[in-house]
Amino acid sequence: MKPHQMNGAKALVTLLAGALFGFGLSLATMVQPEVVIGFLRFQDWGLMLVMGGAAGVTVLAYKGFPRWFAKPLLGGQFLTQPAQWNRQTLVGAALFGVGWGMSGVCPGPALASLGTGNTDVWWALLGVVLGALAHGKTAKG
Amino acid sequence: MNPFDTLFPFGWQHYLLGVLTIGAGVALLYLFNGWVGGMSTVFSSTWSFVSRRSFFQQARLVDSRQWRLVYAAGVVLGALVWRFALNDGQAQTTSVPVWQLLLGGFLVGYGARLGNGCTSGHGICGLGALQLPSLGAVLTFMATAFLTANLLGALS
Repeated sequence: MKPHQMNGAKALVTLLAGALFGFGLSLATMVQPEVVIGFLRFQDWGLMLVMGGAAGVTVLAYKGFPRWFAKPLLGGQFLTQPAQWNRQTLVGAALFGVGWGMSGVCPGPALASLGTGNTDVWWALLGVVLGALAHGKTAKG
Repeated sequence: MNPFDTLFPFGWQHYLLGVLTIGAGVALLYLFNGWVGGMSTVFSSTWSFVSRRSFFQQARLVDSRQWRLVYAAGVVLGALVWRFALNDGQAQTTSVPVWQLLLGGFLVGYGARLGNGCTSGHGICGLGALQLPSLGAVLTFMATAFLTANLLGALS
């Protein structure tokens, strides 16, 4: 089985995992740009709790599962996505932060707006879609 | 006033519940499928269906584009369930000006793809995998986001 190959069972798990993600984002009010911007203006520390807490849960998952199981429960392999520190990561993260601070929207909440029905945020979703296109059109490789 | 009220004027329980739910989703995707569930790659990988450019046609985008779309559909579904289960079916609105949403969104899309990760890719998955480059990315985008949000706040 190729590492990224999907079958019916894997598709169902993927849909459920995404649904938990979208439900959790909504529950934590991270889908509301005002809440995110409020955090960035030091009015509320919830976002720190959310990002830090989620990273805490994933530490257990990413470090624990490959130790306890030879392979994922539905087959394939435990993939890793090594990050690199270079000029692109630095410039990309800096631009990302400017856009995030300006809009209060990041990729997960941009998608979730299709479910919460926040049609204003669809402008941000359109922006993300076009921004990713502009990156791919100008990227090397 | 206790420090919790100062740090979390809107309460903290919903954040904790939300975070555990998000974490459960990311963990589930890894446990059953072995996949790392950052959110921004789908915005590049989906373009591979329509653009022939070699960047979009690279294997790591083409191979994962199907499950990433399903994952994104799940996010929409989860938000929809929240809306009808806990928000009386009400659609949300926002008062952030359209130009800030559109331009900010563009920079978010461009920057996340250039930097290979967003708040979930670097902030949740990268930190979760204890990767130092992701910590660098998080500190960088936090700094520019703080600056931008406060600058725009001071101007308005």
